[in-house]
Amino acid sequence: MLEIKNLHATVGGKGILNGLDLTIGAGEVHAIMGPNGSGKSTLSYVLSGREGYEVTEGEVAYQGRNLLEMEPEERAGAGVFLAFQYPVEIPGVPNTTFLREAVNAVRKYKGAPTLDPMAFLKVLRAKIKELQVPDDLLKRAVNVGFSGGEKKRNEILQMALLDPSLAILDETDSGLDIDALKTVADGVNAMRAPDRSVLVITHYQRLLDYIVPDRVHVLAHGRIVRSGGKELALELEKTGYAGFTGEAA
Amino acid sequence: MGEQLATADILQKYGTGAARAETPAQPWLESLRTGARERAAAAGLPTPKQESWKYTNLRPLEKLAFGPRSQDQIGIDRLPNLLPQGQSARRLVFVNGQFRADLSTRAALPEGVRAGSLANALAEDGAGLKDLLGRIANGDGEDQAMLDLNTAFVSDGLFLHVAVGVRIDLPIEVIYLGTAPREPQAFHPRCLIAMEENSSAIVVEHHAGIGGGAYFANHGCEARIGERAELRHYKVQAEADDAIHMANVHVEVGAGGVYDSFALTRGARLSRNEVRVRLEAPGAECHLNGVYMLRGDQHCDNTTAIEHLAPETSSREVFKGVLDDRARGVFQGKIVVHPKAQKSDGHQLSKALLLSDSAEMDAKPELEIYADDVKCSHGATAGDMDPDALFYLRARGIPEATARHMLIEAFLSDTINSLAAKGLCPALMSSVGHWLSDAATGDAP
Ligand SMILES: Nc1ncnc2c1ncn2[C@@H]1O[C@H](COP(=O)(O)OP(=O)(O)OP(=O)(O)O)[C@@H](O)[C@H]1O
Ligand SMILES: [Mg+2]
Repeated sequence: MLEIKNLHATVGGKGILNGLDLTIGAGEVHAIMGPNGSGKSTLSYVLSGREGYEVTEGEVAYQGRNLLEMEPEERAGAGVFLAFQYPVEIPGVPNTTFLREAVNAVRKYKGAPTLDPMAFLKVLRAKIKELQVPDDLLKRAVNVGFSGGEKKRNEILQMALLDPSLAILDETDSGLDIDALKTVADGVNAMRAPDRSVLVITHYQRLLDYIVPDRVHVLAHGRIVRSGGKELALELEKTGYAGFTGEAA
Repeated sequence: MGEQLATADILQKYGTGAARAETPAQPWLESLRTGARERAAAAGLPTPKQESWKYTNLRPLEKLAFGPRSQDQIGIDRLPNLLPQGQSARRLVFVNGQFRADLSTRAALPEGVRAGSLANALAEDGAGLKDLLGRIANGDGEDQAMLDLNTAFVSDGLFLHVAVGVRIDLPIEVIYLGTAPREPQAFHPRCLIAMEENSSAIVVEHHAGIGGGAYFANHGCEARIGERAELRHYKVQAEADDAIHMANVHVEVGAGGVYDSFALTRGARLSRNEVRVRLEAPGAECHLNGVYMLRGDQHCDNTTAIEHLAPETSSREVFKGVLDDRARGVFQGKIVVHPKAQKSDGHQLSKALLLSDSAEMDAKPELEIYADDVKCSHGATAGDMDPDALFYLRARGIPEATARHMLIEAFLSDTINSLAAKGLCPALMSSVGHWLSDAATGDAP
């Protein structure tokens, strides 16, 4: 599904990713943990094509295609989805309009017919019920005035609607209450399928109790310094990152 | 001061297309015109040396040589559409400043409402207009040469009178068409509005060009809003690419009255909306709003001046613009709170979205406050499109061009959607859509 080799990336002239290797097979769930500022969000932005994140070395293959050559919208169309650590507020754009534009844009990429507003609303109603997203969030402008947790739920709603092949969740669990965490985890688990992969970025082992990963990686100083099974998360919970950051420095 | 022009030159340069001969000779009207003509000639065209014209240069106007009046044959099928059929109380059409009964509708209006051609009103009841015309828009005040130029050639335009207590819900739609199939044309439409006590009305102006060509539309407008009366005065300026559009609007608002105006600008190479409001009695209110969308070398100037002359008067202003290519936007907002105007409030906001590095925005707020118990504020911002928002939309699969359009619409929509005349919002938003789709076809002026 995703193969990252020797990835180096700079932001504002500063090297943030320093030779990162990561391979995620189809149907797998991987987790990345790591200290603040180690480059986790940077990785997620590089994968989704954000401007200003310059790849200086290395390659990324997604479903056999060179991901780095694609525009952000093409990546989304090809099934890459990033749940933002800090979802962006967009005043003046009603959430429902945004969701419909996004769904139809991705459907176009996939060659599926677009949905008219009525048909879309039916799909949307079903999803918000399933994910327990309050109705009210649909009428308001995208993320504007949403609470931290509401923003995260809105990300998960987008993920469910866009039906990605590779979902990257950047600290989607931060700021969620326990019930919301369960709902989000259920949402992700419901999407687990042989042709879908998930990359979960988190600081908390707790999320991994709900979304059980196939692999756990430690990211420090811009590279993967250790990988293991789900028990690695438990170990980190006890020892912290001290041992890893030291050896990578 | 601009270069002085002899009276004869002013007449010759800007008056050739004016329809003066058609109104019957009335001494008071003739002296109104003569006085204005002399003032305009003495002052000359405003230049950037004058404070209120600092950012707007009329050189392109000076360069035009106007020809004798000529008009395209315009049939009803060529009228631009803004309001859907049946959505206006009456539609009045002016071509190069002259009323065209054949293109207008004659639907019956409620008792107490007169809405029609000023030339006709002058012909029928000249004496009745003697005390109205030129009273509010009188050329006093700073740099009024453009208004004087309008008054010098006053002959036709909209005349609206709404009697005490009469309220009409459907808008009066006024279409001003400019056309210059051969030589450049100059015309000076004059709008005269009198809203009596407790009356209310909506006027929607649609300015458009037909068949291209350069023309100079120099509008003058004066409105008296009586006690507790309300006028909603909305305008869409979609003039031809080579047109020059000037509007000089003077309004007086009585106790508890409301003047609510909105100007959408997307046409003309050079335009200025100048709105001057006097809040004369307690509780008088005005809302001056506008959006502008410019590209190529377009220049649009929104200049407002609000005088709070009585206690508890209030004013609200929001102007928002989108500037692409080398376009230039100007906002000048003056608020004067006079000593008697205690417990008044005035709030003003100018925001511009710059889509190109060569676009430019000049905003000049001017607050003069001579009363102590007042609330006033102003703000002006100009900036690029939010790159985070753009990326967020694209990361959801929305193509860049669509995402940009969504963000431009979002930027302008709150000003449009918060207008009091809700029914007009869809038509105004579709005008924004037209501008955006012009970009998509590369149809920049
Ligand atoms: N625009 C920028 N200019 C310079 N440095 C930047 C910029 N953006 C991010 N960085 C730096 O890059 C490093 C990695 O940031 P990143 O957001 O990827 O960390 P993270 O691992 O996601 O951290 P957290 O756990 O706090 O979310 C940080 O040191 C950050 O300050
Ligand atoms: Mg992060």
